[in-house]
Amino acid sequence: MLSIQSLSKRYNTGDRALTNVNIQIPKGQVVALIGPSGAGKSTLIRCVNRLVEPTEGQVFLGDTQLTQLNNRQLRAARRRMGMIFQDYALIDRLSVMENVLSGYLGYTGFWRSFLRRYPQDVIAEAFRLLERVGLESFIDKRADALSGGQRQRVGIARALLQNPQILLVDEPTASLDPKTSRQIMRLIRELCAERELSAIINIHDVHLAQQFADRIIGLKAGEVVFDGEPEALDTDMLTLIYGEEDWNPQTDTEDDDSVQTQTPDPIRMGAKVAMV
Amino acid sequence: MPVRYLDNSTSLANAQWSAKTRKQQWLSWLTWLLGVSLFILCWKMISDNTLWVFVEDAPKQGADLISRMVPPQWDYTPKLWQPLWDTINIATFGTLLGIVMAFPCAFLAARNTTPHPLIRSAALMIIVSSRSINSLIWAMLLVTILGPGLLAGILAIALRSIGFVGKLLYEAIEEIHPTPVEAITATGASRLQVMAYAVLPQVMPAFAGISIYRWDINIRESTVLGLVGAGGIGLQLNAAINTLAWDKVSMIFILIFATVLVSEWISAKVRKAFL
Repeated sequence: MLSIQSLSKRYNTGDRALTNVNIQIPKGQVVALIGPSGAGKSTLIRCVNRLVEPTEGQVFLGDTQLTQLNNRQLRAARRRMGMIFQDYALIDRLSVMENVLSGYLGYTGFWRSFLRRYPQDVIAEAFRLLERVGLESFIDKRADALSGGQRQRVGIARALLQNPQILLVDEPTASLDPKTSRQIMRLIRELCAERELSAIINIHDVHLAQQFADRIIGLKAGEVVFDGEPEALDTDMLTLIYGEEDWNPQTDTEDDDSVQTQTPDPIRMGAKVAMV
Repeated sequence: MPVRYLDNSTSLANAQWSAKTRKQQWLSWLTWLLGVSLFILCWKMISDNTLWVFVEDAPKQGADLISRMVPPQWDYTPKLWQPLWDTINIATFGTLLGIVMAFPCAFLAARNTTPHPLIRSAALMIIVSSRSINSLIWAMLLVTILGPGLLAGILAIALRSIGFVGKLLYEAIEEIHPTPVEAITATGASRLQVMAYAVLPQVMPAFAGISIYRWDINIRESTVLGLVGAGGIGLQLNAAINTLAWDKVSMIFILIFATVLVSEWISAKVRKAFL
């Protein structure tokens, strides 16, 4: 379905963001891409739809070699790849409906889209999608009137209106609370299953990745250092990806499953006061 | 760095901190000294070149002028409605024309929307040359070319407005959030569609604010365009001053003041509506 072959990216500043990345993703597979900040996760998914131009290597979507397309062909190919963003990337001053319909821009001409003249079946599909993500009563609200979770649902509906074959998802839950994060991940997961979509999901939260992905790829300094089942991701692997750290769940404050009330350690508190 | 350990140890008790190093402190003092000296020097030069005889009777002259201005010649107003209407028209049509030309210019001049760096330079050139020439000077040039009248006034206002609206709008365009642009691009939208969907809604409030602000300024500027023959109430003002008819001058001032108040009020309303 998606095939990334010896992909490298070097920015003009000389920073190597990606080095010789090879990934094959079959139809319908949901892949979580984990790794420390700056490992190249965002660059990798942007190299797929060429929001960032790769320096070397090829990317195939089905039979189409994305890395070789001219501008017009690239626009047509981008319609087959839906993208979902960390900060939702909605147009704040437009309504929810207009935001969802913007997913159809690649299929329509300038004046039709400028005058908001969309075909009836597209409008019907937009209504269906908004209902599917649970926003049927927010259609005429302005996007900036919505909560974070609702905005991300609009973002998802916009991506799906493109009728994509793959979803490129960049930190979908980084700005959301733990509960909403799970709901959003579950929704993406379900929609991928319903529509047989593949997905690459950049995510910081290892637990969410293990819970919702079929496969996990660990990226470190632009190279793939782990590629396997969620179960195979143990503390050794986490150390390999993120570096030395105590991965023991009892001291893991980021674990939002169990709400722990931590009693502050009196000795450390004392040390802090002395520092001040 | 400004942190010093007095006793060359690393003991925190004796560490001293100041916002500036010694050298920076000296530099700061020196700059102040130079600035104040320059100010005093200039003050003395201006004072030496002033004919104090004239200044000494300024209060008397001022009082005299005011006494000639009051009461304003109220029955002069009927003759002023037409020129005042012309003035408002010059400002409004001039602003509209300016906006129409400034809008594409701004998109070509903004770093994130320009199709090519060369086109960007050209657009910036237009904006800079429009800004560097005052409306009154544009009007003088245009009166020479087109002859006196409203048209010269409208074009003068329009030409000056291109630079103002263009510059502020392209700065607003450069400050938009980039992620919606990425998102719309990722749907396969064309460049124009990206502008219409991702850029335009983001700069709309700024655009409305800038345009109405420029209209507000143009109302004021167009009141003086008549001084060089470009139509409007300035013609009457010029004539009244030349004939030393100070009661007419004060009447014109009152009308201009009232018009500017109204335009301020309108622009405040419009700006609120577009947020």
